[in-house]
Amino acid sequence: MSASAPATKLDVKDLDAWFGKNHVIKKVSLAVRENSVTAIIGPSGCGKSTFIRCLNRMHELIPGARLAGQLLLDGNDLYARGVDPVELRRRVGMVFQRPNVFPTMSIRDNVLAGFRLNGSHTKSDEHALVEQMLQRTSLWDEVKDRLDESAVRLSGGQQQRLCIARAIAVEPEVLLMDEPASALDPIATARIEELIDELKARYTIVIVTHNMQQAVRVSDDTAFFYMGELIEFGPTTEIFSTPKVQRTEDYVTGKFG
Amino acid sequence: MTTNVFDTRRYLRRRVTSVVMTGLCVACACVALVPLFSILWLVIKNGASAISLEFLTSLPTPVGEAGGGVGNAIVGTLMMVGLAALVGVPLGVGAGMYLAERGDGKLGSAIRLCAEVLTGVPSIVVGIVAYELMVRPFHRFSALAGALALAILMFPTLARSTEEVVRLVPRSLREASLALGVPAWRTSLKVVLRTALGGIATAILLSLARALGETAPLLFTALNNQYWNVRPDQPTASLTVQIFNYAISPYDDWHKKAWAGALVLMTMVALLSVGGRVLARNRALDGGGGP
Repeated sequence: MSASAPATKLDVKDLDAWFGKNHVIKKVSLAVRENSVTAIIGPSGCGKSTFIRCLNRMHELIPGARLAGQLLLDGNDLYARGVDPVELRRRVGMVFQRPNVFPTMSIRDNVLAGFRLNGSHTKSDEHALVEQMLQRTSLWDEVKDRLDESAVRLSGGQQQRLCIARAIAVEPEVLLMDEPASALDPIATARIEELIDELKARYTIVIVTHNMQQAVRVSDDTAFFYMGELIEFGPTTEIFSTPKVQRTEDYVTGKFG
Repeated sequence: MTTNVFDTRRYLRRRVTSVVMTGLCVACACVALVPLFSILWLVIKNGASAISLEFLTSLPTPVGEAGGGVGNAIVGTLMMVGLAALVGVPLGVGAGMYLAERGDGKLGSAIRLCAEVLTGVPSIVVGIVAYELMVRPFHRFSALAGALALAILMFPTLARSTEEVVRLVPRSLREASLALGVPAWRTSLKVVLRTALGGIATAILLSLARALGETAPLLFTALNNQYWNVRPDQPTASLTVQIFNYAISPYDDWHKKAWAGALVLMTMVALLSVGGRVLARNRALDGGGGP
């Protein structure tokens, strides 16, 4: 095996996105490397969430939403004719800002939700899969004795880890995370960050974050968005130590934002 | 001049105003409850003595003959409400799901407007429509015609209340399901409908309770029947029409039976309503968790 930089997993070329007449993403191009963590930072309303919602075609679900440009997953255009967004979302999973476990389901069924809701079956033994996913999100020891209890009984941080377990149970290749820790306390946040570090061995991760320290701690590459434009993109260490653009420097040093 | 925080006169005045206003509100609430309790009291006082197993299980008797009851009317009412639910519940819940999930366009607004207009149509008019549709063409009063009238009455309220409860399902749950690669129709069915199920069940029970109490749409659709009948194509007795007939008669014995029938009907409606509330409360309890 060579030690060269990993291949490009997701290639975004000249992406534009709109809500009605509102132009929220302007000509953004960037490449996400396989098995890396890419952080998207920027002030509120700069288009971070919209950007990652374009990557699994969740953007188009909002009435009036449009987009233009090219998005390549392993070289294949996500928006080409004939691409089924439903199939795509099984390859590109998502974790949301607020934990959104299914309140009518048990902890076990939440992990298996991707299969249960699709009426499909797990490839391996269900119980083994549940244990494996909960282990991987370091939730197993906390919930192993109450897998059949309702998932809403868990704490916020536990619920969010359950959401991650649910997202990775269907074995996606890319995991999108939209400020996954913003609704959590510092301890729960730390656990999510440790988790991201472990998960990147298996998945390619794109994470939106408001928290710049978090971007430094978890990501390999960082993209700085401002007013819908990609201002700077590069290795996280460079973005935070020697940014090339003045506005990036102002933002990462806390002068605005 | 500074305000004295310890100005007891001011404080007292506010206290008095507060007590007086609260008292007025409580009084209004009590006055509003007077009709309810007087109805309950009258129906129980006049009806309870005539209630017996025989009353609940036997046919009405001719004037002057002792005994008799509303057995066939209870069966008829249950049959017609059941038939109406068979049509009205799927249509109402289906339309409500559509309105909530896809109803933001023109078609949705049109359906919503129709449902609103339909809610305002007097029930006797619905009875006439059912008469034209089901009684005249077949030259026969029937339970089916009565059920159709009740179904038309159930549909709009059920559609609107289903829409309300389905819209309460958080968008984030829908998105969670879609992001797992679950198709939209499965998401609607297995996540949205499943989450709203308690609320929909409550709406169904309340609409059944409403259908149970209707008289006007049954008068010239199901008519009435002095005998046992379980055939939906025959004229059928109902509790409400039977109460009406007993009540407008000049006989004291029949008046008593009207009160007793009213008590039976009210008990059925109350059971359904309480059932609805219990479901609603349970839903509030298990849906309320989370951070």
